[in-house]
Amino acid sequence: MRFLLILWAALFVWTVQVSAVEPDEIMDDPALEARAREVSKDLRCVVCQNQSIDDSNSGIAKKMRVLVRDRIAHGDSNQEVKDYLVSRYGDFVLLKPPMKAKTMVLWFGPALMIVIGLVGIIFYYRRRSAQAAAGTAGVSPLSAKEQARLDALLKEEGSDK
Amino acid sequence: MNSRIFFLIPLVGFLVLAIYFAVGLTKDPSKLDNDILLNQPMGEFKLVPVKGRTEGLSAADVKGKVSLVNFFGSWCVACLQEHPFLLKLKRENIIDVYGVDWDEKNPNDVVRWLARHGDPYTKIGVDDTGETIIDWGITGAPETFVVDKKGVIRYKFIGPISPRAWNDTLLPLITELRKQ
Repeated sequence: MRFLLILWAALFVWTVQVSAVEPDEIMDDPALEARAREVSKDLRCVVCQNQSIDDSNSGIAKKMRVLVRDRIAHGDSNQEVKDYLVSRYGDFVLLKPPMKAKTMVLWFGPALMIVIGLVGIIFYYRRRSAQAAAGTAGVSPLSAKEQARLDALLKEEGSDK
Repeated sequence: MNSRIFFLIPLVGFLVLAIYFAVGLTKDPSKLDNDILLNQPMGEFKLVPVKGRTEGLSAADVKGKVSLVNFFGSWCVACLQEHPFLLKLKRENIIDVYGVDWDEKNPNDVVRWLARHGDPYTKIGVDDTGETIIDWGITGAPETFVVDKKGVIRYKFIGPISPRAWNDTLLPLITELRKQ
């Protein structure tokens, strides 16, 4: 029982985010190190497609982490560090794409899709209820012959039971 | 009758997506911003020599004529594929190729590699900090840059240089730049 409990607890431990930052990289000033971590989390490891340099063990990610810390130590702001890397690698190096003309579709596309979908649904139901209204108005009541046949059918069905 | 048109919306949506993916998925995201450094002057750098040699590589070495800057490493398999071609460029004295060696686990590795396969480079610098490779936006090896007389980057070629890429793209560009 106790073993199972420990196992269960271990499942949660497993989900804790692990960083790839190595002890020799960490800056002496905790405030600066915190900034470096923050910047690193927004920067893509350029050889691993979808991992930040903070998460990646690759050689180039390590070099970039060291460079980020170097620049912060020399007085660069977080934005200046990112701007430098964007000037070298393009927007690709940012995990979150920046808002600009080229990326508008990316940012607003999903919302636009929802709007288009909602408009479509509204139009569809409006048309349908309009048709339904027109339908009941247009249909003439059953004739005596039709009513007799309907009654006969209903009775037949009732007799089955 | 008119409302049937609405049923075409998913089909149209699908076609738009299909075209978008057909184009988008053929692109390698790591190569999308291939031209980011194009027509920009290369940054300053001063690299240490290969172990056992005395001369490293600096930006000043590269300037003054049209040259190639080739980023390589002894760990890089594709570099070996390109190697005979670089040796040929040197043997036939076609263009100066400057090497930037990076990401070596052991500084002796590159010494052995050059001894074994030959040295096609006019000069080699070792980027042991990673500062220079990041400054050139390197993501792998080999990557080769054409740099003009003023030190402006004119072309970035990713992967081993094929004879076809050389004849169709690089050589015409180099010939053109030499006239300037």
